This record gives sequence, C-alpha cells and structure tokens, in this order.
Amino acid sequence: MIRVILPPHLRGLAHVSGEVELDIKGPATQRSVLDALEARYPMLQGTIRDHITQQRRPFLRFFACEEDLSHELPDALLPDAVASGAEPLLILGAIAGG
Amino acid sequence: MSKVRVLVGTRKGAFVLTSDGKREKWEVSGPHFAGWEMYHLKGSPADPNRLYASQTSGWFGQIIQRSDDGGKTWVQPGTPPGEATTPAAGPPKGDSNKFVYDTSTETGKPLTTHQWYDGTQHPWEFKRVWHLEPSLSDPDTVYAGVEDAALFRSKDGGKSWHELSGLRGHGTGPKWQPGAGGMCLHTIVLDPSNPQRMFIAISAAGAFRTDDGGKTWRPINRGLKSQYIPDPEAEVGHCVHRIAMHRSRPGVLFMQKHWDVMRSDNAGDSWQEVSGNLPTDFGFVIDVHAHEPETIYVVPIKSDSEHFPPDGKLRVYRSRKGGNEWEELTKGLPQRDCYVNVLRDAMAVDSLDKCGVYFGTTGGQVYASTDAGDNWAPVVRDLPAVLSVEVQTLP
Repeated sequence: MIRVILPPHLRGLAHVSGEVELDIKGPATQRSVLDALEARYPMLQGTIRDHITQQRRPFLRFFACEEDLSHELPDALLPDAVASGAEPLLILGAIAGG
Repeated sequence: MSKVRVLVGTRKGAFVLTSDGKREKWEVSGPHFAGWEMYHLKGSPADPNRLYASQTSGWFGQIIQRSDDGGKTWVQPGTPPGEATTPAAGPPKGDSNKFVYDTSTETGKPLTTHQWYDGTQHPWEFKRVWHLEPSLSDPDTVYAGVEDAALFRSKDGGKSWHELSGLRGHGTGPKWQPGAGGMCLHTIVLDPSNPQRMFIAISAAGAFRTDDGGKTWRPINRGLKSQYIPDPEAEVGHCVHRIAMHRSRPGVLFMQKHWDVMRSDNAGDSWQEVSGNLPTDFGFVIDVHAHEPETIYVVPIKSDSEHFPPDGKLRVYRSRKGGNEWEELTKGLPQRDCYVNVLRDAMAVDSLDKCGVYFGTTGGQVYASTDAGDNWAPVVRDLPAVLSVEVQTLP
C-alpha cells in the first residue's frame, strides 16, 4: 500500500480530504504510483503530468523521506519506506504567485 | 417572474449571483473551485441550466467543468467524482481536459509555430481556455478559445475536444504573436441567423470569420490601424480586445481594439473608427444593449501602460448612435481614487426591460445597472479580481 499526499487544490478536485492510499502492482515508481492515482481519480489526469508528454508539470515537485525526487526518472524505484507505506509520497505545488 | 443569474469568474474561484427580475436583492453562491483561476463561465442558450466553466491554474493546468443544474453542482464531463477508469468502458477518462492541437495533414496543415516576442518562430503550446461559447441551439456543443490561440469544439457536452484546425492552418499563423497576456483566442461570436458563420478574435492577430462552420477562415481586419505595426494595411497582427454583436443585426459588429473603438456594417469586411469623444479609446470590454442594437457600452481605460480609468474615475460610456457620440455614465460608480481595470470578458447584459448591464473589476466589484446604464450599484464589492461576467435571463 502506497500513501500519497496531494496538494490542497488537487484534494478538492479529487474530492478527498486526507492521504490517498493506493495498491500498486509491481515495483513502486513515480510512474506506477501516478498511473494508479489517475486510475482511481481520473479527474487528476493532466494535473500532475502533462496529458501528452507525461512529464511532471513544471510547478509541481515530488518529495519523500525528506528528499526531493522530482528529477528522478519516472521508472526509478521509490524509497523502500514509500514502497512499504511507512512514509508518504508528497506532491507539492511550488511556492509562487499570489 | 423572471430571474437573473450572473456568472462571475475570478482569480480565486467562481461565484453565482442570482436575483429576481427587480434585481434589487442578490444571493451570492461561492466560491466554487476555490483557489483556482476561473477564466470564464457561460450558460447554454438552448438549456440555461447547462453551464460550462474554464478552471485553470499555472500549477495544475486546465480543467473543464460542467453543471446541469444551473451551477448547484459541477462535474468534469465524463468524469463524475469517484468514477473509476476502465479501458473497456471506452475512451480514457479525463479527456475533457485534453486540448491537443491538430497538426495532421489530412484535416489541416502541420502548422506548429507562430511568431515569438523576439521575432523568431515558436512552437504552439497549449496553456489554458480563455473563453467558452455554447452553441445557440445544442446544449452539448460548445466552442473553446484557447491560449496559444486556437479554436476547439466539443459536440458531446465537453467530454472531448477537437480543434477546428482550418483557423491556424489558413496561412497567416506564423505572423501571429502574443500580447502581454499571451497569445489567446478570447472572443467567439456566433451568428444567430447563419449557423455556418462565426467570428473570433485573437490577441495579437486580429479578427477572423468563417462562413462554412469553421472549416475555412479569413482575416477580417481591413480598416484597423495599429501604430505598432509598420504596415498600415497589415492583414494580421492587430490586438483586438473584444467584439460584440446584437442578435437582430448579425452583420453589424462593434470592436474594442487595443486602442480604438471600431464598427463594421458588413460582417467585418471593413471597419470604421467610432471612438468619437471618448476620453481615451483604450479599453477591453464592449457590449450592446439587449433591445437597442445601436446602443453600445465601453469602459475607457487610460492606456496600455496604465490599466486603470482616467483620473481615478470609473465611468461607463454609452453611445445610442452606434458610436462616435458617447455619454459618460457615472451615477453610483466611484468618481475618485479608483484604479481598477475591467477585463475583456467582464461585461454582459440581461434581456429584461429595462436592460440590465453588468461589469466586474480587478478590484473585486461587480456593478449592475437596472436601467440601461443610467444608475449603477455594486452587487458585490470584495470578490477576488474579476476575470469574466456573463448573465443569464431566466423565465
């Protein structure tokens, strides 16, 4: 079970209030977690990754275990603590704008 | 008794303002989609409870929302909350937010670049939906004007979108360039007498018309003068801010250009300036009285470098002669220390008698006049900056 914490705007869009828990088949990677997230909450498609390129949107970052994972490859394994559910994967909006 | 519903898009959410036909007491609903930029909301003329909304964010991209109950509840078309995606069920969900430029050789031309600020060519990149224009006859058909400039259409209630690629592909695209607000298609005007004809406007390219339902387009900018363009007869490159039409005379168009208020009596084939005695002819909004096709409204803004009313006085100007002769309307509007802006999609009229006129400001006020502009009062005073105002007159 993977735990994901969404930024407030996306929690509102997905109609969830707290952490999201996802079951992943196979290795836990950014791609597999986001695929599972978008399958459960299709209204989030395009909001974290670009619809076409599947690249992370520029003003979003991925953190876990106090590390910035934003520039890791999509198929790189997430930390064991995230894969085991001990730590959440944080999706954060950059601090910018008004 | 008739009712009025005012749809307000702001920098931080959407608001729905409702009143009875007297338009004295208002109920305010919102914020809907709190924290999101709501560029535009508009109702279907064929089904007033069908509303479309453009919800957007620099962080999270573009969301299309739809309401089928007049704004009480909203869904992303095709993706109700909690509904799971299963490939066997058909196309992937989330398509309602997907705007993909058509570069195929079959349906258009592989046109992929426009002019960038430095004069070089730059690829088209989708950023957001500026304007949604529902069909006059079919609640499931709606047009979207987007940045970077292109026109999309949905025929399934917003579930999927397809570009009308003949607009970008007609030939002048490489000369289009972004204005300060981006290269946006912000105005879509449908001809009520001819379903094959529509008008659109782009900053900064100009106005365009189709007479075959969107397959082919041609620029309609003859008579526009833009001092920043070296060629006084330039076919494109003009920063048109807004076009308005009265449904009883679809061949007559009124335009607020970057500078200059313009008029066309031949469906855009040629334009004449009608700025007349306006204190400044820079501005964004322009609209037409619901029952008097020669009565038009603008809100003059000081200049393109000072986006606020001249002398700190918020004044609507009305011409009852289709331009050239303008009267200032000030009763109920702040006449000192007012430095708000009124953006291009932020004025609308109702169709009651007397005609109601509404506009929103970047200071968060929505003003209404229930007597065609003679007197004004704020409906709300402290919303986030207003991006768009649309009005529905309900039975």
